[in-house]
Amino acid sequence: MQLHNLTIREASEMLATKKLSSVELTQATLQRAHEIDPQIQSYVTITDDLALEQARQADERIAKGENVTALTGIPFSIKDCISTRGVRTTCSSKILEDYVPQYNATVTNKLADSGAVLIGKTNMDEFGMGSSCENSALFKTRNPWDLERVPGGSSGGAAASMSAGLCNFSIGEDTGGSVRMPAGFCNVTGIKPTYGRVSRYGLISLVSSFDCIGPMTRDVYDCATVLETIAGHDERDSTTFNSPVPQYHQSINKPVKGMTIGIPKEYFVSGMEAGVESSIQEAIRTYEKLGMKIQEVSLPNTKYALPVYYLLLFAEASSNLARFDGTRFGLSVSENTKDVIDIYLQTRHEGFGDEVKRRIMLGAYALSAGYYDAYYLKAQKVRTLLRRDFETALASVDILLAPTCPTTAFKLGEKTNDPLEMYLSDIYVVATNPAGVPALALPCGFSNNMPVGMQIIGKHLDEQTLFQVGHAYQQVTDWHKQLPNL
Amino acid sequence: MTQYEPVIGLEIHAELQTNSKMFCSCSADYSNAPEPNTFICPVCTGLPGAMPVLNKKAIEQAILVGLSLNCSINEFNTFARKNYFYPDLPKGYQISQYDLPIASKGFLDILDDTESPMRVVVRRVHLEEDTAKLSHEKNYALVDFNRAGVPLLEIVSEPDMRTVEAALSYATKIRAILRYLRVNSGDMEKGVLRFEANVSVRPSGSSELRTRTEIKNLNSFRALTRASAYEIERQIKVYENGGEVVQETLGWDEAHGVTVSQRGKEDAHDYRYFPEPDLPPLQLERTWIDDIKNQLPELPDAKTARFISDFKLTPSEAHLLTSEQTLASYFESIVANSKSSTKTIHSWIAGEFMRYMNDSGLALEEINLPAEKFAQLIDMVTDKTISGNSGKIVLNEMLKSGGGDPQEIVKVKNLAQVSDTGFIQEAIEKILSDNPKEVEQFLAGKETIIQWLMGQVARATKGKADPNVAKELLVKALEERRK
Repeated sequence: MQLHNLTIREASEMLATKKLSSVELTQATLQRAHEIDPQIQSYVTITDDLALEQARQADERIAKGENVTALTGIPFSIKDCISTRGVRTTCSSKILEDYVPQYNATVTNKLADSGAVLIGKTNMDEFGMGSSCENSALFKTRNPWDLERVPGGSSGGAAASMSAGLCNFSIGEDTGGSVRMPAGFCNVTGIKPTYGRVSRYGLISLVSSFDCIGPMTRDVYDCATVLETIAGHDERDSTTFNSPVPQYHQSINKPVKGMTIGIPKEYFVSGMEAGVESSIQEAIRTYEKLGMKIQEVSLPNTKYALPVYYLLLFAEASSNLARFDGTRFGLSVSENTKDVIDIYLQTRHEGFGDEVKRRIMLGAYALSAGYYDAYYLKAQKVRTLLRRDFETALASVDILLAPTCPTTAFKLGEKTNDPLEMYLSDIYVVATNPAGVPALALPCGFSNNMPVGMQIIGKHLDEQTLFQVGHAYQQVTDWHKQLPNL
Repeated sequence: MTQYEPVIGLEIHAELQTNSKMFCSCSADYSNAPEPNTFICPVCTGLPGAMPVLNKKAIEQAILVGLSLNCSINEFNTFARKNYFYPDLPKGYQISQYDLPIASKGFLDILDDTESPMRVVVRRVHLEEDTAKLSHEKNYALVDFNRAGVPLLEIVSEPDMRTVEAALSYATKIRAILRYLRVNSGDMEKGVLRFEANVSVRPSGSSELRTRTEIKNLNSFRALTRASAYEIERQIKVYENGGEVVQETLGWDEAHGVTVSQRGKEDAHDYRYFPEPDLPPLQLERTWIDDIKNQLPELPDAKTARFISDFKLTPSEAHLLTSEQTLASYFESIVANSKSSTKTIHSWIAGEFMRYMNDSGLALEEINLPAEKFAQLIDMVTDKTISGNSGKIVLNEMLKSGGGDPQEIVKVKNLAQVSDTGFIQEAIEKILSDNPKEVEQFLAGKETIIQWLMGQVARATKGKADPNVAKELLVKALEERRK
């Protein structure tokens, strides 16, 4: 039995039956992380002492049979944009390299309450700005399936830490595909929940109106388990839904026969890698065999998704990143500065990477007087159209199915010189965020020995159907069980 | 020479008296914080990942103010980010309201410089958050975030005022209303109320709106009037010299009594407003607004009108009493407990009582004199148990000791008025024999000397002599000496 490949369900079962202690599992995970991660570089920080302490507490809970949850004693990693009290939270930026939060994100608290064991914080594109993890200002993470390739982004470290078996589940964050795209590149299951389903309190915002924290797991069942734990209304986040969180796993086995899959025709155009397209077609056939109906649908405004997504991202990010000014926390460059404006300029000049600066400038421009109507306001109007596209399409079908990326993981450095080329890799995943709808990514095959991911998009707050449909697929396929050779 | 007419509009920033801050649960009572940076949390210091949550009480207070200023309350509210960099602004943006403020299109009736009524249109009332406090030292500045995030209401008028007096009258009335509503202490020294004046001048009779300047951060009525008056004169001089007024933001240099340019039009901030994505739009329930409307207290205008009609007071008497809600209530409690006329009660309050308040610097809330006791005292004077002078002595005694029974004080101080002619006669005889010169003057025809002699009588009898009896006896004694 390989401990590092256990699903949450398997590990939890072993802990419950005392075949394994959380300390043993945590020690094994930490040991593997120290052995393997130097080649992958998925972790920014590994929290050995905290992990062992939490594992000891989890074992105590299990021994006493008190407050034992599905996650008690289970090692996990969390993206480095989610605040962890006492553990530095860098957003993979120089400006926050030594920043240690004084408080926990709501998600961090919920996981701590559940008894899960924090192994470490995972690398990402700086502030989530990127699709390959190459924009991390700290170091580049590599894809466990091919160390010459990127893990995807921006939750690249999270996906890689899962894929490499350096935790049993991981918490990512998806602003425009940042969970799903790297999940696809690394053969991991992950969900971008409905906007507002999971509290953002303590998540260092990239785009407040897009950001969604979501789990990355070995399979759909685990994904449902983790989402149940972290979702729900939070009085500290006014954008969270007040509706109760369903017990997703309870009806995850419901048959999918008779349900309808919508295939957005705009997503199947030239530019898709042949092996990706064939894997998706194969997945569609699998669903047909499960008794699902297939129907072509249209998302007519898809061509505007990328510009709308990026424009709104630039605008909100330019404002969200204003607080990094060197006066209260994080990097502060004050030597040889003549006034406070100079401190701002020097701190932000040294602290932010090129992509971050590029986006701040574009965002400030789009919001400035005289341009606001033409850019920001126009983009908000088209955003409404994108949302309607999904509402209309999902009115006649149960779910939509699409690839997570037109290609498999590309090589490190392949797209770094062309930001636009990099932006295009998000073409299938960005539209859901302005629309707010949930989307589940799961492995569906290989192309040139690299994993291919697909996503199942659902109606607002209908994660249940996504888990049901995703789980049905994983009952008859084993793509998600494939592991990289490390 | 051209006659000029000023055109003045005011923006008033009022901190709201809520328990907690606008977007977090930290105490908003920053002036009572034990030390700098103690009433703070991740939200009001703008730590990464922290998110705002609306303070319902602040919204309720904003609605109260909006209703009091005859505004329409906008049921659909959005918040917006006003982006700019400054060390007192932790997030790099202020959460404010932009295109959809909580209240708009209201008005306030005031008296202008000639005491004639005029109407000032209130363009909008919106909610925002206060900034941190900076203390500038020689080579650095310190930031105290206790004030950061305190709810702030911005009340914006149209440029309807034509004199500095009208602007002052408007500002004073806004302050009174805020105090009536108990949403702001009006304590200018603590900076809970701050003004910004938009000033331009134009030839009298013209209806054009010329280039205006904005004078920021006026923290007192005195600063408001002085700065506006200075700026009006300055602009007139510019036009008289054939120049043009430049649109700019000005500061007020209190020490030198001049306005100082802070930034010109070309340096004006572009605040890059956009809807605050961390706060969903706020939809106000009509029923809630109606409930708040029902909580509205009687406001200064209505109260003044009622005092004039019910208590037969003159407008200026009524106005004095209704300037503060607490004073008006105090007056009404005394009226309810007293047999004396409302005029008499008014003159006791306006006279000796307010003199004590001014001298002691105490606010009404700090004075512990039950209305019933005050009423009892006034009645003792009215029914001639004690003289008016004795009444003042007793009142001061009651004010100083924080209450006390007036009858007891009269007894202890032996102030009861005496009509015993023997006792008064005795005093008069002594005074007349001690002051032969004055008696001679009287006999020579200088009748006014009788006032001086009455004063001597009052002194000798320690104010206890009934003045009418004393005067009668004094005149009689003097006449006897003529014989």
